Amino acid sequence: MSTLEVIEAGPYTGVQDRGRFGGQRYGLGPAGAMDLLALAKANVLVGQPVGAAAIEIGPLPAKFKAKGGSIRFALTGAQRGATLAGRDINPGETVLMAEGETLVLRATRQGVFSTLAFEGSIVATPVFGSLSVHARAGIGSPYSRALQAGDTLEVGDVGAWEAENILPPLVLPQGPIRVVPGPQDDHFTAEAVVAFYAAEWMVSATSDRMGYRLDGPLLAHAPGRNNIISDGIAAGSVQIPGSGLPLVLLADRGTTGGYPKIATIITADLGRMAQTPAGSRVRFAAVTIAGAQTEARRIAALVAGLPRAIRTIGGGDLSPEFLLSANLAGAATDAFADDGEN
Amino acid sequence: MTAYEAPAAFPRIRPCGDAALTIEYGESIDEALNTRVLALNGELLRSNLPIVETIPTYRSLFVVYDPLSIDFEALSASLLTMAHRDLPPPAAGRRWRFPVCYGGAFGEDLPFVASHCKLSEDEVVRRHSADSYRIYMMGFIPGFTYLGGLSPSLAVPRRHDPRLTSPAGTISIGGVQTGIQCLASPTGWHLIGRTPARTYDPNRSDVFFLEPGDSVSFFAISPDDFTTMERRAEAGDRIASEVAA
Repeated sequence: MSTLEVIEAGPYTGVQDRGRFGGQRYGLGPAGAMDLLALAKANVLVGQPVGAAAIEIGPLPAKFKAKGGSIRFALTGAQRGATLAGRDINPGETVLMAEGETLVLRATRQGVFSTLAFEGSIVATPVFGSLSVHARAGIGSPYSRALQAGDTLEVGDVGAWEAENILPPLVLPQGPIRVVPGPQDDHFTAEAVVAFYAAEWMVSATSDRMGYRLDGPLLAHAPGRNNIISDGIAAGSVQIPGSGLPLVLLADRGTTGGYPKIATIITADLGRMAQTPAGSRVRFAAVTIAGAQTEARRIAALVAGLPRAIRTIGGGDLSPEFLLSANLAGAATDAFADDGEN
Repeated sequence: MTAYEAPAAFPRIRPCGDAALTIEYGESIDEALNTRVLALNGELLRSNLPIVETIPTYRSLFVVYDPLSIDFEALSASLLTMAHRDLPPPAAGRRWRFPVCYGGAFGEDLPFVASHCKLSEDEVVRRHSADSYRIYMMGFIPGFTYLGGLSPSLAVPRRHDPRLTSPAGTISIGGVQTGIQCLASPTGWHLIGRTPARTYDPNRSDVFFLEPGDSVSFFAISPDDFTTMERRAEAGDRIASEVAA
């Protein structure tokens, strides 16, 4: 086993896997990676299960050093400069890091979170089935908090590979973030619902793993309907508190709450929302549940096909069929359209 | 198609995106509704439907499911059929007693609550610790326990400006509810005391021990008792004791 030492880490940098489930009824949210597709890609590159633990790295610079042996990693997610022992490295490829070398990640140019996965994964004892850090709940493994300089992570052994792996870039959708209306869109004025879909929202600087605050027009609740009796909250719930400004609830969300939720981001677009940095603008478009579920199944099939899409660096060309199937910019139908539902 | 409109009749389903839904029994805090929620939760968890997890709440059941295994229409139909059946009642809840150090630095809003309710601080404590409360639900943050059954004479509207933080173990009043909060957290409720007992402890074998449907009562302890009990809680003692039925 080798050790990865954290030399420098900004906020929102910690171990995350797909999350832990079963504790929401006691208030324990699932945590887990903010961008599950980036987690899947990084893990597939290094030969790990798609939901295995990796380091999720926030937008500020970070540095890691290999100790006690070499480490093979893959970097995916946000776009940012990266060097290993001074040489530029590419995201979407596996890289062998020799003992004593330092990986330097610069601040993100686009996106919010990077994922750093390892051959042999991160070796630690799961807490309720997961290594994911949930700082507010005081759990996570090996650290129950964000990573800090001086922390060390044990990672698996490196095998003898003939060549490094590469994954073709995926074409991500560029359009609005897709949502299923509700569960409480009937708690808003008709004007507020129209404004929610018409507005260009700016992600606020106060956003974090718990939720993203959005700045834009104030959305008015229907008279007397600005609270509900507390109920369950889904990943991607767009909650409108008394301020009238949306709060998109993400991985470290509270599991129940008493503010009406105007819409819920579809599973396929949660990672894209999470990768929208503070100061950037987003819009929302309504889709049907059936359309959203078709998208969820398409993404799941794509993720399941990722191992077959791996090529070796210096190997043959990427198959055009894969590039085609990897096009994520598919259309779920518009819930407000008069026809064309699927 | 227009925006989703919830049907008028209960039980009814509201979609929560493509991987969760809420089935509602009503729009009030009512023991009978909560009992039906818990009965449905038990039945659903015993079924072979592809459920990831559930959150029973006051008057609705939140269901997380795998859209790769079942679609919304099929799951909704199964749930509504189940909800209309005569379901076995939920297991009888357990009864718990929680020590609370009321007032002073432990419950800085006790004077406000007393003056709002036109009672002495001692009388607020006496009434709060005289009653038994039903656990309607847990949620929000680990171990947060929503209790119903507060004496109407102790009801106080929530604060206009929520506090940015309140200490671990806070016992508070918000409207007609009272609650046990395990972790430090923002709150708009009024802080009347603190319990050394932890409703969530990731290092204890029973990480959570309360369940919706259980009942809770409180008894007053001194600051010295609090300090002693807090040390025992740190060492893994549950502190809250179960009362024989």
